[in-house]
Amino acid sequence: MTLANYLIASGLLFAIGLLGVLVRRNLIIMFMCLEMMLSAGNLTLVAFSRFNGEAGLPNMHAQTLVFFIITVAAAEVAVGLAIIVALFRARQTVHINDIQVLKG
Amino acid sequence: MEHLLFYILTTIMLGAGLGVVLNRNPVASALCLLLSFMGLAGLFIQLSAFFIGIIQILVYAGAVMVLFIFIIMLLDVKEEKKSKINLVAVGSGLFLVLFFVGQLISVVGQIEGGDQPLAEIDTAKAAEVRLAAFDQQPLENDRILENLQEGQFPDVQIVGETLFTQYNFQIQMIAVLLLVSAIGVVLLSKKRLT
Repeated sequence: MTLANYLIASGLLFAIGLLGVLVRRNLIIMFMCLEMMLSAGNLTLVAFSRFNGEAGLPNMHAQTLVFFIITVAAAEVAVGLAIIVALFRARQTVHINDIQVLKG
Repeated sequence: MEHLLFYILTTIMLGAGLGVVLNRNPVASALCLLLSFMGLAGLFIQLSAFFIGIIQILVYAGAVMVLFIFIIMLLDVKEEKKSKINLVAVGSGLFLVLFFVGQLISVVGQIEGGDQPLAEIDTAKAAEVRLAAFDQQPLENDRILENLQEGQFPDVQIVGETLFTQYNFQIQMIAVLLLVSAIGVVLLSKKRLT
């Protein structure tokens, strides 16, 4: 397979995630779509790691970066879900049309 | 075979991704996301990033998605009522996404060598380079070198070596980050919001 195939696949996954964030009104589902966009970024990194290989091996610096991104994403999910739970306790909703205190 | 597998995995990944956006039931969305991550892990393994593929399944499918489903059940999120579709949001979202995809396709076409098949992994050459890096005197019990000379690709060992030799400081920072986020989550869920 070529690099372009993988880049298009990851770009489409990113686009679907972006569409979800823009169109859906449920906080939890928006958050899931954010995770999808992060994973699409990972796919791009891994594809380029294989494309820009050195000495017959894939570029391992890119895969190390992906490892760090996955760790940070896991921490981010924990904090984000805790915030959603706190918000739910205060407002009894996860629908963002009902959460617009700052809206003028 | 490789082509067929790529298209099957991509279809699973993108189809399940669309399922996340289109499903009204949050639990179904979460399960679709799980399937999407499985397809993505398959693509990682096709790119011979075995370690990343396994980590993707363990961390995302194993830990993150369980957390999501747990929270959905804890909050008892109901299926969304059929509400009037917000035409402005959907229209502008679709416009942005189509614009992004068009931009992406035009950029990807310009990458030099992007339309060539990805190079095969050359273990013999890698073994030579590794030997030369040690001045032809390899370390004792160098498993990476032995595997490379046998024609295998020790992905996990090489990632581990890179992590613990060149990214030592960063991995400690990640440890601090995980500690901070764990403490933050405990504080957030204990504090009483008024």
